[in-house]
Amino acid sequence: MRYEEWSGIARKASKRSLWMVHFCTGCGAIEMPPVMTSRYDMERFGIASMATPRQADVLLITGYLTVKTLKRVVQVYEQMQSPKYVIALGSCTMNGGMYWDSYNTIKRLDKYIPVDIYVAGCMPRPEGIMNAFLKLMKLIDEGKARGWERYKKYYERYKKNQEMAFNFVKKEEKEEEKNEGD
Amino acid sequence: MDVSAIMIKSAVVIAYAFIGTFIGLLFLGVGRKIVARVHNRVGPPFYQGFIDVAKLLSKKTNISHGWIFDLALLFSISGILLAFAFLPVGGIKLLSTDGDAFLVLYLLAIPALGFALGAGASGNPNAGIGVMRALVMMLSYELPFVITMIALMIYYDTTSIARIVELQSVNGISSWAIFIPPFMLAAAVADMALQGMLMEQPFDIPVAPHEIASGPMVEFGGKYLGTLMLYKAISIVVETTLFVDFFLGGGVIMHGGIVANIANFIVWFVLIFIVFTLSLLINTAFPRFRIEQAFTFYWKYEAILATVALIWVYWMVI
Repeated sequence: MRYEEWSGIARKASKRSLWMVHFCTGCGAIEMPPVMTSRYDMERFGIASMATPRQADVLLITGYLTVKTLKRVVQVYEQMQSPKYVIALGSCTMNGGMYWDSYNTIKRLDKYIPVDIYVAGCMPRPEGIMNAFLKLMKLIDEGKARGWERYKKYYERYKKNQEMAFNFVKKEEKEEEKNEGD
Repeated sequence: MDVSAIMIKSAVVIAYAFIGTFIGLLFLGVGRKIVARVHNRVGPPFYQGFIDVAKLLSKKTNISHGWIFDLALLFSISGILLAFAFLPVGGIKLLSTDGDAFLVLYLLAIPALGFALGAGASGNPNAGIGVMRALVMMLSYELPFVITMIALMIYYDTTSIARIVELQSVNGISSWAIFIPPFMLAAAVADMALQGMLMEQPFDIPVAPHEIASGPMVEFGGKYLGTLMLYKAISIVVETTLFVDFFLGGGVIMHGGIVANIANFIVWFVLIFIVFTLSLLINTAFPRFRIEQAFTFYWKYEAILATVALIWVYWMVI
């Protein structure tokens, strides 16, 4: 068998067995219980929730991210074993949503880690989340969910963006300390 | 024994290892389906176990934590496969000898220790807690289980599992150990010990996903987790087979000939499936014990019941 055929089989297995670690930030976590339990039951498609990032394939970001949370999200993402995928829920991860003018949230998640699928809404309904998983399965089957390869290829750029966000916080903290000192 | 006979025997043992793994993976998927049906969900397809293992083994990156981490998994999986080769399966004896009841007990400790080594090598504090709990659990459930085993050995006057199976199949189903009054009690005790061995609720203390982030498995990912899943699959088959061999006559209902072998194999399969389903139903109905509650349960109540069964058997034999 040729390499393409083998990787095709691997993709077929991978799409029917998505193990996710959901990073519960913001308000999106409350939409997950109906998706997991008997109302929508995502285990039908082999999707299960895992305890640690080492075991998981999908990282689910469920809402806005502050800069401090972003640091942890990047750590979690880098601990996952490729091929790995990211699903971002809610408008907060796209353009800041209702936190568009907040000083301590990031506005576009895609600048810091590669996102495969965005789900619009504030918050998206469980149907929307199921739909995103089905779409992700389709993309994996076609070999188009290549976020993890993008992260490897443009690693310097992603790191630069992350550093910019982190340094911004550090600078502010220093200024605050200075003000308190005065 | 000449060389060719040894070659044939080892080939049969390897084939059995594959069959055991296949059945175990099937059970993992079917088990998830059963739990889902109890929850009033649809559940994954019955072949989900195979998909999961295929996915994990085809992961592109696999992070190792040193050579102990790599070898410990092989240690576990080879230990459990060896234990499987010593168990009579549907009346077919592979490596059965005298005294293998003790040997299997020792062999079942090897995978747990291998598991502990691997988890310890990962250096994660959650893994450390999980390993400690797993070893305490092993200490807990082995006492009542060994007492019931001693009761069986006294009654059948042998230490060979194959001989116990043979003696239970002389009069068909009616001579199974579970239909002898003291062994009804012993089987109930052994079934709860089995629950601890299979790490199902209320005894899933070592893995406890929401509490210590799946315990010893916390640093395993990719191919390592895939190997661990294979180990888990085989261990389900080995532990349920142990129960079936001791109390349900090893599934032997007929003697002699190929047809009898096939029938026995099917009966064995059905019986281990029933034992596994029972443990899953208990699993869905109960929450998790704390470690000291589990320890008390096994060393106080279970051990007392097992001792009562032992004394009863001794009185019957005399």
